[in-house]
Amino acid sequence: MKRNSWQDYQKQIADDHYYYARSCIRQNFFPGSERAFIDILTRDLGKDLLDDPKHSSCTGIGYHSDIVPLETIMTVVARQFSLMNEVGYENFVTSCITSFGIYTEILATWQEFPETEERTREYLRKATGREFTKPASLAHTSDIVFHFRDDIAARAKRRLVNAATGEPLRVVEHIGCHYAKIFPKSGIGGSEFPYVLAGMVESWGGECVDYPERRHCCGFGFRNYLVQANRGYSIANSHKKLESMAPYKPDFIVANCPGCAMFLDKWQYTIAEMEGTTYGENGHGIPVLTYEEMAGLVLGYDPWELGMQMHQVDVEPLLDKMGVEYDPAAKYLGRNGKFIGKPDTAAVNCGQSELLYDIKE
Amino acid sequence: MAKYFDMLMEDVRFREGLHACMNCGVCTGVCPAAEFYNYDPRQIVSIVQTRDEEAIERLLKGDTIWFCGECMSCRPRCPRGNTPGYVIQALRTLSQKLGFFVESEKGRQQLALKRTIGENILRTGYCIVPKLVRPELHPEQGPVWQWIYDHDREVFACFTPVYGREGAGALRRIDDESLDEIRRIFDTSGGTEMFETIERHSDRKAREMGYEQGADDRYMMDVFQKNSVEP
Repeated sequence: MKRNSWQDYQKQIADDHYYYARSCIRQNFFPGSERAFIDILTRDLGKDLLDDPKHSSCTGIGYHSDIVPLETIMTVVARQFSLMNEVGYENFVTSCITSFGIYTEILATWQEFPETEERTREYLRKATGREFTKPASLAHTSDIVFHFRDDIAARAKRRLVNAATGEPLRVVEHIGCHYAKIFPKSGIGGSEFPYVLAGMVESWGGECVDYPERRHCCGFGFRNYLVQANRGYSIANSHKKLESMAPYKPDFIVANCPGCAMFLDKWQYTIAEMEGTTYGENGHGIPVLTYEEMAGLVLGYDPWELGMQMHQVDVEPLLDKMGVEYDPAAKYLGRNGKFIGKPDTAAVNCGQSELLYDIKE
Repeated sequence: MAKYFDMLMEDVRFREGLHACMNCGVCTGVCPAAEFYNYDPRQIVSIVQTRDEEAIERLLKGDTIWFCGECMSCRPRCPRGNTPGYVIQALRTLSQKLGFFVESEKGRQQLALKRTIGENILRTGYCIVPKLVRPELHPEQGPVWQWIYDHDREVFACFTPVYGREGAGALRRIDDESLDEIRRIFDTSGGTEMFETIERHSDRKAREMGYEQGADDRYMMDVFQKNSVEP
């Protein structure tokens, strides 16, 4: 059966000792998710992970905006591998789908066109005096969470079920184009039936929603968002997805890629402001989670420690549904509980239950 | 006449991305850019495949090649193993090398990308940092981002011990030695040359278009914000 074709796309995922590369977008918009990933791996699962301060952006957003040449990004990536070699690690883990696509593409290009690898080595040597060996394994951070999904399930404090009815929560999973569309073999489940998030959802008690535009792009489109004049492209494609998923009444969206999570969240805000349309229950938007946030909730982490207050679409309707206890008054506090004001309200959060979530100053 | 096709063939992405297209149009069927723009990747691949130098030059100087979002949705779908997205990347790179990108409104936007993302990479080691996402240029980011932006030190301190400082953690300041390595990589591997090429041709075109100061901030904001291309 074609639906089970994901089983043909399996890859080796290292069990321990990860060299961790951060994501420009994830650390900007979901810094709590990056922290949660490290905490889950090291604290909950007892794994070894190195967060090396010397690594940089892979420059992938620049590359896919066509201002960073292929030769340059190859050399930047080679430097990351060199840094990993320097500290004795060989399992490279990246927290970004754009980066993951970049690393898979570059490793494949070096394989297919060996002269590009030779040239990269020359550039790196000339620029930095460095040498490098390629990683033994390459994974996206979600691959690692998928790998340990049953260990996480065994430690679960909560499940992805409606606490009132016991029914599984209905989840839209969004994979992110560069996870497996560039090199289907590099992603769990390939590009047709990617299983990386679906596997987590199923292990933790939820059920995935199938809908027509499930594999459509979130609409980032690099220059199509980054240049203000082009943003119609970006919102139009998110709109297409949201319109397609809404009739299936998902309880939340979980995204593989930090950019996708941000766009599906922020464009819901924009659509609500522009047209008054919201896609969730009771006039609210659909909460959009990262998989680290989803895993964190399952493991009993506090939603504000996970950084879910940084979302534009309120997550409280989901937290209530799951029976998560949280302190509404703590949502928008700064460091050490300092009150720093709170964001203005927005149409995307103005459902009938809005007052329940209003923080008393 | 320049042999544009031969120049494209020097790019490994072009060699990987174009074998023999049978014009089935599956790429266009799944393309998010075709969803929104009057854009048809099938047609672009078809034009390039003919090796018609004049037609390729029109592509290199036109808006069309700049519509693609590089999502690569076309890649796994093509029954002949082509990747129109790679062909686009090769066309864009060549358009910039030859200075043709400034001949179209969408192409001229490369200056904005160079001055935002590009310069940020060299300055910070990241493509994006919070202060680059200025709310007045990003109204779609909404009031929560405005709150984060206004209170960045307080908010990010909840999640990282090193916001704007050296050390391990999110949004750390990358050390000078590492940044020097990144800059030398750009100098050595063609990144800096690409940035200079974008600036040089943009300045020439800006003056041609009547911007007396060349590619100044006013020109930059115009290419960033103005949109006269009908979707």
